[in-house]
This record gives sequence, C-alpha cells and structure tokens, in this order.
Amino acid sequence: MSVATSKPLGAARRWKKPPFIKRPLLRWGLILGALIYLVLATASIEVNWLRVYEGLDRGWRFVLAFSQPDFISRWTDIREGMIESLVMTVASTVVGIAISVPIGLGAARNIAPLPVYLICRGIITVSRALHEIIVAILMVAIFGFGPLAGFITLSFATIGFLAKLLAEDIEDTDKSQAEAIKSTGGSWLQWINYGIQPQVMPRLIGLSMYRLDINFRESAILGLVGAGGIGATLNTAFDRYEFDTAAAIIITIIVIVMAAEYSSGVIRARMQ
Amino acid sequence: MAVTTNNYGTKVWARRTSAKQNAIWLGWFSGTALFVYCWQQINVATTWAFVWDAPRIAGDLVSRAVPPRWSYINELWLPIWDTLNIATLGTLLALFMAVPVAFLAANNTTPSKLLIRPIALLIIVSSRSINSLIWALLLVAIIGPGMFAGTIAIALRSIGFVAKLLYEAIEEIDENQVEAITATGASRLQVLVYGIVPQIMPAFAGITVFRWDINIRESTVLGLVGAGGIGLQMQANLNVLAWNQVSTILFVILIAVIISEWVSAKVRGAII
Repeated sequence: MSVATSKPLGAARRWKKPPFIKRPLLRWGLILGALIYLVLATASIEVNWLRVYEGLDRGWRFVLAFSQPDFISRWTDIREGMIESLVMTVASTVVGIAISVPIGLGAARNIAPLPVYLICRGIITVSRALHEIIVAILMVAIFGFGPLAGFITLSFATIGFLAKLLAEDIEDTDKSQAEAIKSTGGSWLQWINYGIQPQVMPRLIGLSMYRLDINFRESAILGLVGAGGIGATLNTAFDRYEFDTAAAIIITIIVIVMAAEYSSGVIRARMQ
Repeated sequence: MAVTTNNYGTKVWARRTSAKQNAIWLGWFSGTALFVYCWQQINVATTWAFVWDAPRIAGDLVSRAVPPRWSYINELWLPIWDTLNIATLGTLLALFMAVPVAFLAANNTTPSKLLIRPIALLIIVSSRSINSLIWALLLVAIIGPGMFAGTIAIALRSIGFVAKLLYEAIEEIDENQVEAITATGASRLQVLVYGIVPQIMPAFAGITVFRWDINIRESTVLGLVGAGGIGLQMQANLNVLAWNQVSTILFVILIAVIISEWVSAKVRGAII
C-alpha cells in the first residue's frame, strides 16, 4: 500500500478566484491598454500645484460658509431667481410631456411605420446629444435673454429623455392586449387609448415626476448663459467671492431637490 | 367602481365614486391653474418683440452656420482628447469615492444605521443635487481654470449618481449567498469580497459605463466656465460670432456623444 507515501489530494493546487474576464489574452490586453491610456491621460492634465495650494484657503472659506450661509443680504435676488427656476421647471415639464407623447409613440417600432420611426428617433438623438447649456446658448441667441429661452430649452431636453423611455416602454408592452382591442374593430385612436395607454401609464407618470426633478436641477444652471433662473444669481455670487450667499443658494437648491424627490417618490409608490 | 341611483330609480354604473371623481377633477383644475400661472410669469418676463423676430434671427444664424467650416476640425482633435480625459479620469476618481459611500449607505452593509447611514445619504443627495457646471464654477473659483478643475467637478457630481445606484444594487443582493459565506467562518472582509462583491459586479460595471457616457456629454460644456475641454473652443468662437466654426464644434460633439453612447450600450449589453 502506498497510502503513506502519496500526497493528499489537492495539496499542490490551491483554489483561485476565477478572473472577471476569462480569456487571458483579452484580459492582459485590456489591462495593458488601460494602463497606457491612464498614463497618457494623466499626462495631458496640467496642474498648477501652487495655484491649487493657494486655492485651498479659499476652498476652506467656502466650506466654512456652509456653516453660516447668508440668506438675508441677497434675499430678494434669491427669491426671484428661485421662483423663476420653479416656474420654468413646471411650464417646461408640462409642455415637454405634451410633445414627448406623440414623439414617443412615433419612436416605438411596434406601432409606427419606418419613416415616422426614423424621424422621431432622429429628434430624440439630437435632443439627447446636445447638453442643455448648448441648446440654451442657441435659444438665447434666437429668442433673447429671459426665462422663455430656458423654458424652450428644458422642453426640448425633456423630449429626448421622456420620448425615448416611453418608446422603449411601448416596445415592451404585451402584444395580446393591443391585439384584443384591434380584433374588436377599434380605430387607431381606440387601439392606442385602450390597448397601449393603460400598460404604459404608471411608468409614464413616474418618469414625468422624475423629469420634473431633473428639470429643476438643470434650471439652476441655465442662468449662467442668460436663460433665466437662479443660475445668474449663483454665478454673480461666485464671481464676487461671496461664498456665504453662494452657500445659501446651494442649500436652497438641495432642500428643494430633496423635497421634490421625496414627494415624487411618494407619488410613484402610490401609482405602482 | 360605484353604483348610483338616478332620478328614475334605476341603478347606474360609474367607474369612480363621486368623491373620487371630484378629487381627480380638483387635481386637474389646480394643475392647470398652476401651469397657467407659470406661463403668465414667463409671459411677463419676455420681450415679445424679440420673439416675433425670432424666425428671421434663426434663419440668419443658420445661413451663417451652414456650411460648417470643416477644415477647423484639425484644431479640434486636442480639445476632444481633453474632453475624453476629463470624462474618463473624472469617472475613475468618482468610483474610488463612491464605492465606500455606497457600502456605508446600504441598509445591509452599513456599520451604523443611526449615525453613518444618514451622513452617507447626505453626501449622495448633495452631490446629486448640484449640477457639474456649478461644481466646475466653484472649483474654477477655488483652484483656478483648467482641466484639473473640470475633472474634479465631474468626479464630485458622479459620486452621488454612482453611489446611489450602487447602494440600491447592494440592498437587492441575495442574502443566502452572504449567509453561506458567513457560515464557513469567514471574516467581515471575506464576506464582503466573496459574498457581496460578485453579486454587484455586473451592476457596478454597468453603472460605471453609463455614468462615463453621461460624463462625456457633460464635459463638452465645462469649458464654458473655464474648466477645460472642447467647451473652451466653443466659448471662444461664440464670443467672436464665428457661427460656421460653432456648427463644426456642435457636429463633432454630436458624433462624439453618439459614439460614446454606442460604446456604452455595447459594453452594458455584453455584461448584463
């Protein structure tokens, strides 16, 4: 018997965690490529450490400003800016949803013919690719300064978000329900209204509430390019190094966003 | 569902009780009133003479912007490379900070529900509420203009996004696997590495690529406040009203965003 001399099974081989990417060549290639990219990318950033060091002092003052924000000295500006932001948010969300629904219908492959589908997808792609600020610059150039430019910008941005998700949701709907309505001899409108709409409505409401949140957050920056809202006040506060006022504005934004997020969460929970 | 009796004594079916019907009506009424009020506010703040003039101005802009000056593209390779680096390095930087925050915020991994979880949630909310342009504005004021400020701004904004989605993924893990690892006598760290991490890895990779894609779009405009990237060129051209070069930049941004979206969709499709 050779029991005494044979090694216990598995002593030489230890268990190793299986790697995330299984093919070794691909794995090492990706790691090497990532390393090279990291070196190149880091090299492209020039950091003026002296300037950063000098800035730390100002940064600390900004952090301190949060412990004693100054709501009072610029209160009228803050209040007017906030109201303008909220007004733009509500108006643009309503109009944005109204435009998104037909475009969303057109961008769903299962109910729209190909030419309509391509046009609607094109609109969505352009709206999603261009950042709100870029659209706002163009709108200010065309419509002049003020909340109207911001309102149009946010409505346009809402289309890219809402119509895309609505279209994807429509493509995921249960076919048999829509088929049932069609077989009763319903018109196209009845088919959409009774076959598709009940299936996507809860999600559409949830997405609309979510977009309301996003639109408010975005409306806070449109003022930087003159499209109305609180952004102009915030920009001025930073330019003058009035960090206590800037802190007050940022705290107000955070509180409103939290309130909006909480209430939209409650509404979404009740809808589903 | 409700059944009411009409004047003739016959029973009539209605979808909702009259109290519910009234509540819905009131909801629509107040919603409409709010929208009309908001529109009125925008109306007051708008100089309509400029708006009536808008089609002419828009036509003028288009005639200046088309055709784009294609030869200008050669000057845009470096800014595009910078933009890509801001987005990528910003996302990486954000991951290092977001992962610990996510573990501290998740209900099932947080060390203390009373003390640490609220702090982590506050970090997430503040980071999410403030737009990356506002972060950039702030950082440019503190550490001076340049790509470094842009990278940090992208990172600060991304922390909240990544941490929020990641902690939701952590809360949805299968507890049985964690229990199985714990039952073998593993330490807390081993439970984390072998019980939790493999479960959230696909979600983590998906979230990262998703945020990277968003960050590409955001970093195209950071230059408008002096934080580096292709936005700097856009600002310079807008200032001298070189619309045919602006349209070239817009075209390049559109292509870059579409490519990044395609890459991100492919990677997410491969992971999930």
